[in-house]
Formats: sequence, structure tokens, C-alpha cells
Amino acid sequence: MNDDNRYRWPHRHLLDVTQLSREDVARLLGLAASFQEINRRPVKKVPTLKGKTVILFFAEDSTRTKTSFDIAGKRLSADTYSLSKTGSSLNKGESLKDTGLTLQAMGPDVLVLRHSSSGAAEYLADRLSCAVVNGGDGWHAHPTQALLDCFSLRGVWGDNFVGRTLLILGDIAHSRVARSNVRLLTLLGVNVRICAPRTLLPAGVETWPVEVFTDLGRAARGVDAVMCLRLQLERQQAGLLPDLAEYSRRFCLGAEHLALAAPEARVLHPGPLNRGLEIADDIADASASLVLDQVSSGVAIRMAVLYLLAMRNDGEKT
Amino acid sequence: MTLRVTNALHLGSPVDLLVTGERVTTLTPAGRQPAPAGCEVFDAGGLVLMPSFIDAHTHLREPGFEYKEDIASGLAAAAHGGFGAVMCMANTNPVNDAASVTRFMLDRARQSHPHGPRLYPVAAATAGLEGEAMSPLAELREAGCVAVSNDGRPVGNAELLRRIMEYAADLDLIFIDHCEDPHLARGWKMNEGAVSGLLGVKGQPVVGEAMQAARDIMLAEYLGLPVHIAHVSAKLTLDVIAWGKERGVRVSAETCPHYLLLDESAIDGYNTAAKVSPPLRTSRDREALRKALKDGLIDILVTDHAPHAPHEKETTLDEAPGGITGLDLALGLTWGLVCENVISEAELQRLWHHGPAEIFHLPRNDFAPGDPADFFLMDPDELWTPTPETLYSKSCNTPFLGQTLRGRVKHHWISGRRVV
Repeated sequence: MNDDNRYRWPHRHLLDVTQLSREDVARLLGLAASFQEINRRPVKKVPTLKGKTVILFFAEDSTRTKTSFDIAGKRLSADTYSLSKTGSSLNKGESLKDTGLTLQAMGPDVLVLRHSSSGAAEYLADRLSCAVVNGGDGWHAHPTQALLDCFSLRGVWGDNFVGRTLLILGDIAHSRVARSNVRLLTLLGVNVRICAPRTLLPAGVETWPVEVFTDLGRAARGVDAVMCLRLQLERQQAGLLPDLAEYSRRFCLGAEHLALAAPEARVLHPGPLNRGLEIADDIADASASLVLDQVSSGVAIRMAVLYLLAMRNDGEKT
Repeated sequence: MTLRVTNALHLGSPVDLLVTGERVTTLTPAGRQPAPAGCEVFDAGGLVLMPSFIDAHTHLREPGFEYKEDIASGLAAAAHGGFGAVMCMANTNPVNDAASVTRFMLDRARQSHPHGPRLYPVAAATAGLEGEAMSPLAELREAGCVAVSNDGRPVGNAELLRRIMEYAADLDLIFIDHCEDPHLARGWKMNEGAVSGLLGVKGQPVVGEAMQAARDIMLAEYLGLPVHIAHVSAKLTLDVIAWGKERGVRVSAETCPHYLLLDESAIDGYNTAAKVSPPLRTSRDREALRKALKDGLIDILVTDHAPHAPHEKETTLDEAPGGITGLDLALGLTWGLVCENVISEAELQRLWHHGPAEIFHLPRNDFAPGDPADFFLMDPDELWTPTPETLYSKSCNTPFLGQTLRGRVKHHWISGRRVV
């Protein structure tokens, strides 16, 4: 996919997949594949980022993304430090700007930010000189999740993304995973469908390059993959759903839906799973499920991201 | 004391203005009347003469939020922006829901600007702006309030609003209606639409504004009372106002320069300077509002001057408060509309002076003998760029910072006294 020797990674930050060209994505996925090989060795560590510092600043709860970045950094021998909102001065009323500037003063090469406000990563990237990776901002974007999803699909589809059909199922309106995936999958030539009750569809969805369904039976027909989203229980409390049992009756992915999909169709889920709510138990554990593969892809993709950003800023002034 | 301003341009014609004491004596074609002996002569050098603007919707933040703005700095910005009178909203701390607060505001204005701009406080419609119990409006009226509003927080309860409108009518106070359905608008950061969907930001649908305007126009018709719709941002609201006006309801309406010049795309990149209540809508709404200035659906322009400190705006879109400053820039922004032939110079004067004077029963200057001598001279061709240093307001939260504006106030008189 990437034979051009003159190719150079052009980005200082990774804020969303919208900044990426097909060439950038090919580079990231190719690099992740070579790091995946390291992850399968008995000794899973290379000295590539020795002396580099990565700060993981997770101002919103996260287990898997934080752990994944942490492991990714350590496997490349970077020094990683993580802090969460409860352990940081944000809890004492310090502004995001001041916390960001304080962390920058400690000289990290890369800062990974998870924040509950859309635009938070872009906000810090505009103000800091170190590389900023968006580890998820509000409902807006989660680029490494979309990249790892594509990396997992690449393991199944190879480089043949064009013309495939993928269904994203669940709370699209409040999902950064959905937004980044729609953008990235569309860039790679995938036909994207989305399916949710109208109360969980985003404003202006008619302008998105997707097919919109509110009936799972129709949406699942002939698809090559289904990506389930986690339903936040607070959506029901906010009055967007009558109750969870009714949601599950209409939108929980089960064997009967998968039977309508293409043969060999795969199932993805960014985790953590609400079994029986958005994904049936047996589907989550079936051979079609890529859920655990996504987790290991996550480490490889984040190694690739940290590598490209930490090395790019070496000796370059941008 | 007599003052003669010579060689000014008024609605395109060269004029001489004669002022005696606090009042206009005559406005005559240039060179027709000899100057009375011993009068002070001011050569306007071809500058444009306008009646001082009236801003019927500002937030001056004092008492309680003096770090954003205070009455002294707000009135300084007003004077330099061409405003001879300013109505200030009640969302201070304490809220202007008692005569003591009104008197405090008026005292601060007299101390800092004894010769104007004049301050006209707006009474809070409900105690603490909580939307639950009516404020003592008679007491507030006696203390100097000229209108009543719950601005900043809509009155969700239609029964309470009915009683406020009725009670205020006895006192000759007009209700200024901040239209926003409190449930539809909960937690919003910007207009709801394609841009909010892409940015992943909670939006406010236009119907949240238009529905409440429709409700309150119906209420005004039922009661046979006037209502003034604040900061109209959407075409749908204009449609509702047109319906009311056709039916003969005494409804008047205002909009602000930012709704005429910007749309929701200004938020792109999570630009907190463009976060404002109500939010910037679509380009279609902006065009409809421009048209409404001409056909009279919009009666007046206001700034909705809403200062916030830099540290409050320099954060994420979620956390930043809504608000745009306007007193310093309103003339430059809307003179641009005259230059673009969106409105005429006479319409600009009606929107900023005669309209608000009529609706709120404030002194009005038609340059007729005996009118208050509130006027300014502006350079219609001066190009200038607002920066924090050029603004008299304490705050500079405006998306127009750094842009080139045309037209600037050069000299300003209030009650015949030079204030700028």
C-alpha cells in the first residue's frame, strides 16, 4: 500500500482521522502490522523510543484506552506517566489550559488527552509545543479507536476495503467512536450504514455520507461487518429511551440479525460491553467476534501513533 | 452656552447644527444661517452627523461581576461607540429585582459619567430571575427602571408571564422577552444542525426560540398588551413575528450585529468567541434577518453586549460562557451594512435611535428645535482594526477582533456636552 520511499508522515498532532490521507492511513496500518509482530515475541520490547516521554492525561474515566497507550509506550521503551482527573489539579479547579501548560513544562514528547469536552484535544494542540494525541474528546472524535478498528478489519479483509458494507449500530449521536469511524471508513471506500432510534441519531445526519436505518432487521441485510456501540445508561435517564429492555428488543445485535448479514460477517465493539443490551452474549463470544482482536490491535496502532509523532518532532521545527 | 457644528453631513446633505445648552436649536443646510455672535464653532470637516445611538440591551455586570465589566467601563465603551443611552439587563449579583439595586446602578453611572451616556436599568421580571415570583415592579419603576425582562433565563411558566405582562402594563413597562424553551434548550452550546452534529456538540434547535416567541405573541394578543422579542436569531422566529404583526399584535423585535454578520460556521474549530445566547444560526437565517431590517419585521438593533473575562472564554466550548461584546464595535459593524447597501443611512438611524426611543419612551433627537442635543460625528471611511487595546470595554470577547471595520466615532455630544 505504501511503496513510495519519499513518503513522510506530515502531522504534528493526531486530533482526528479527518486530517489523514489514504497514504497516512496506509503508513499507520503498515507500521502497526510490524509492531504487532513485536507484540507476539517472547520479549515484547524494543528501544525505539528510549528517552522519549509520553504523558497520558485522562480527564475522563478510561481503562482500556489508557492501558493500551501505556503498554504501547512501554513496549517502545518510552517513559510513560499517567494521570487522571481525580489525581490532577483539574479537580482543584485548575483550567485545562493551565494543566496543559504545566504538563508541557515537564517536557513530554507526546501528550495523550482524554477529555469529556468535544474539541479539548484541538484546544490543547493549539497551545502546546509537544505532540498531542486525541484519546477521545466528548462526542467528537476518537481517532486511535477508528484506526484500530480498521486494523482489525484489515486482518480479515486485507487491503480490500472498497465496496465493503459496515453497519454501525447504537448511540451514534453521543459517540466519538461512530464519528471517527464514519470518517475513516468512508475515506477507505467502505459503504457505511448507521442504525439507531431517531432519538440517538445526530443532528444533520442527512448530510453524512451514510445510509440511515431505524430498523435493525433491514440494516443488517448483507453487511460485511457490524460495529456495536456501547449504550450509556444515562441516555435512558435523559429521556431519550423509554427503557433499556425496549432498547434491547429493538437494537441488541443477535444471531438472527447476523444471519441476514453476508457470510463471514464480523462483529466489532469498542468495549466495554453491555451484554444483552447492545450485543447478545453468544454473538460477543462467537468466532465472528473481533472484540478481543480489537484490543490487541489497539496496542499496535498506538505504538505506531506514538512512534510517528515522537520521532517526527526529532530535529524538526514545526 | 451655544455651539455651532458646521460642515457636517446629515443623510447625505451638508448641514450646520446649532445647539443651545442641552437642546438642539436648529439644523439647517450648510452656510444658510450666520453664526450667532460669541458661539463656539466646531468644524466637522465633512464628518457624518448622527443622533446618538440607544442600546436597549446590554449587560454591564455591575454589581457582582466587575472583573468582566463595570458601569464606568461599560459606559465609556458606549460613549466611544456612539451610544448616548444604554439599557442594562438585570442579571447582576445581586439581581436587579429591588429598588436598592437600581439606585446603586444609577449612582454608579452618575459618579463615573455625570454627563452621560445615560443609563436606563431594566427590572428583573422575577425575584432573582428564578422564574417563580414576580419582582416588585412598581418600586423598580419608581427607582428608574424603564422596562422589565427575565433576560438570560426565559420565563417558562406561561401563567406567571401573563401576570407579569399585565402588572407591568399598569406601570407602562414593556416586557422584553428572552425566548428560549427551557427544556428544548437544556445544555446547549451552539445551534443544532449539521455543524453541531459534526462537531459532536449539543445544539439548541431554532424551534426552542420560535415556539416561545409564538406563545408570547399569542399571549400579548389575548391580553391586548405589547411584547418586545429580544435578540431574534432565526428565520422561523421572524415568521412568527410577521404572523403577529399581520394580526395587529403590538409586537416589536430586536436583533444584534453578530446575527447579521456571522453564522454557525464561526464556531468551527470550537471557537468560544462565537459562542453566544441565542446561538449563531445558519446563513439562511442571517440573510432573512438582513432582509427583516429593511421590511420592518425587525424594529431595532441592540448589541446584547455581554462581556466575559479572557480566562472564562479561553477554555473548551462546553465550559465557556456565551456572550459577545458589542458597545465598542456596533457602529463599525453596522455602518458596514450601509456601505454594502443592506440598509440605508436613514434606516440605520431608525434601528439604533428612533426605534428604541419609541418602544421604550426615551428622549429622541430628530434634530428639531428643543430635541435633546445627543449626537455624534463619525468618519464614514476610516478603516480600523479592533484589538484589545482599542476597546474601552474591560473585556474583548468578540469574534470580530482583528477584522477590518469601516466607520468610527470621532466626536460625541450628550445633552450638548462633549463626551468624546
